[in-house]
Amino acid sequence: MQRRYGLWHNMPRYVAIFFHYLAQYIKTKMAYRADFFIYAFSDLLLQSVNLIFLLVVFTKVPAIKGWTRDQVLFIYGFFLVPFAIYSGFFNHLFDVPEKYVLQGEMDRVLVRPLNAWYQVVIETMNPELLVGMFAGIALMIYSGQAMHLELIWWDIPLALVMVLGATLIYAGVYTFLASLGFWTEGNIGLMPMVYNLSNYGRYPMTVYRGPIRFILTWVLPFAFVGFYPATLLMHRYEFIGYALLTPVVGVIAFALAYRVWVAGIRRYRGTGS
Amino acid sequence: MTMAAISLLPGGMALSAEHRWSPPSHLGNRIMLYIELIRMEFVNNLAYRSSYLTGIFNYSIQIGAYFFLWDAIYSGRRILGGLNKEEMITYVIVAWVVRSFYFSNLDRRVAVEIREGKIALELIRPYNYQMVKFARAFGEALFRMLFFALPAGIFFYLIRPFGLPAGWPNGLIFLVTIAGSFVINAQISMIAGFLAFFTQSTSGIYRAKRVVMDLFSGLLLPISFYPDWARDIIKLFPFQVVSYMPNLIYLGKITGAAALKVVILQLFWVAVLGVIGFFFWRFAVKHVVIQGG
Repeated sequence: MQRRYGLWHNMPRYVAIFFHYLAQYIKTKMAYRADFFIYAFSDLLLQSVNLIFLLVVFTKVPAIKGWTRDQVLFIYGFFLVPFAIYSGFFNHLFDVPEKYVLQGEMDRVLVRPLNAWYQVVIETMNPELLVGMFAGIALMIYSGQAMHLELIWWDIPLALVMVLGATLIYAGVYTFLASLGFWTEGNIGLMPMVYNLSNYGRYPMTVYRGPIRFILTWVLPFAFVGFYPATLLMHRYEFIGYALLTPVVGVIAFALAYRVWVAGIRRYRGTGS
Repeated sequence: MTMAAISLLPGGMALSAEHRWSPPSHLGNRIMLYIELIRMEFVNNLAYRSSYLTGIFNYSIQIGAYFFLWDAIYSGRRILGGLNKEEMITYVIVAWVVRSFYFSNLDRRVAVEIREGKIALELIRPYNYQMVKFARAFGEALFRMLFFALPAGIFFYLIRPFGLPAGWPNGLIFLVTIAGSFVINAQISMIAGFLAFFTQSTSGIYRAKRVVMDLFSGLLLPISFYPDWARDIIKLFPFQVVSYMPNLIYLGKITGAAALKVVILQLFWVAVLGVIGFFFWRFAVKHVVIQGG
């Protein structure tokens, strides 16, 4: 019988390989221990800039377009959780056009009996950046308490589903952009732009005008990585329809992007050297 | 960022510097050397014109976020931190456009050279290391001014007209102060590069520097927004003369003698940072020697 190497047929093997990669990663990083911890810590520091910005602005105004300080902090806190997962695992998909396509690293990946996308992700991961999740969770707890948010039984499972959906959106968008590299054969500089746009998702959508809100909801759906799901988790129900769409949008975004990826892999011909 | 891609162009530059070098007995030769370096860096950057184009769109998205935020923050309010809404939008756009001019990755360049021991080669060359770095950074800054900051400014003006400088004296002093912004930012970057040598971690230092500059230079929000105690602390550092004060001169919030005082304050910080940079350099060089680099 032909052996199948797809992710779904070999889950335990894929998990085991993840831990092998992780062990190697930790070994290499431990050679520069201080740098490793400072890197993870300074990532939090970069995020703190936005936090300080918001805290200072809210000393001057009580609310922004009907969103109080604590609500805006809560949205930001939620945003940090999928953002940390993205930073830890999908950020380096931007290496694909240059490193994997142009320089032909993909050759090595493709001859191995393991899903190519999975290999690229675990080869380029920075799992220490997951610490950002704790900052996000702490911020949600702090702001949730400040606005006297009562925990309901479905909050935690819902939060998990929302984070999963938001993560799939990140994975989808970046997989799609990385896949374009198979056609452009090199970096076209879209990644930083999309990254900057993704940061729009951490503020209330009511801040933006119609066209921008439309883009952030239906084209590059970054409204679903922060604002929409966060509103539901803080029990504001004006956007419940959008919020509940988060996992659906995530699955669709990732499924579409993955198809583009597969088409890209088919197109890939190596560097010929 | 696209800028990161345009970081190191080592070989060619050093060669050309050597090629042009003649005995440093004469001050004119020295100056010619630095002018040549500025020119070379400018020309080198011409090769990356197209990446600056995407850089402009990139900046638009970033500035856009702040534009929408401030627009929302001001809804129903007239004045915050001494600025009205139009002034704030002008402030944000001018701050970012000027940043696109003075921004440099000197910290990375210096730290890499020190860590990889390339600095040893620099030491045997008959020129002032820091001055050479500043000259090259200035060449790049001039390039950015022409191919990035100016087109970006015009582009933003076409999308969303913002305020022009408050009168020609302020406009002129503003231009002088942004030259100062470049020098002070370059000096701070240089010192951060030296610091990276002592701390084992380079990425931590770059990021810490970036956080400090973003928050305390006034790039993200005017210093007048901070609580009094924070302002008192920020005053003790050179950061606010990089962005905040030039922007206020542009807006006409600081005029006349007060504006000239900003220029003098910048000169003061250039001198102080120059001394600090000198000692850091000496210290770093000693460490290289000890390590046998």
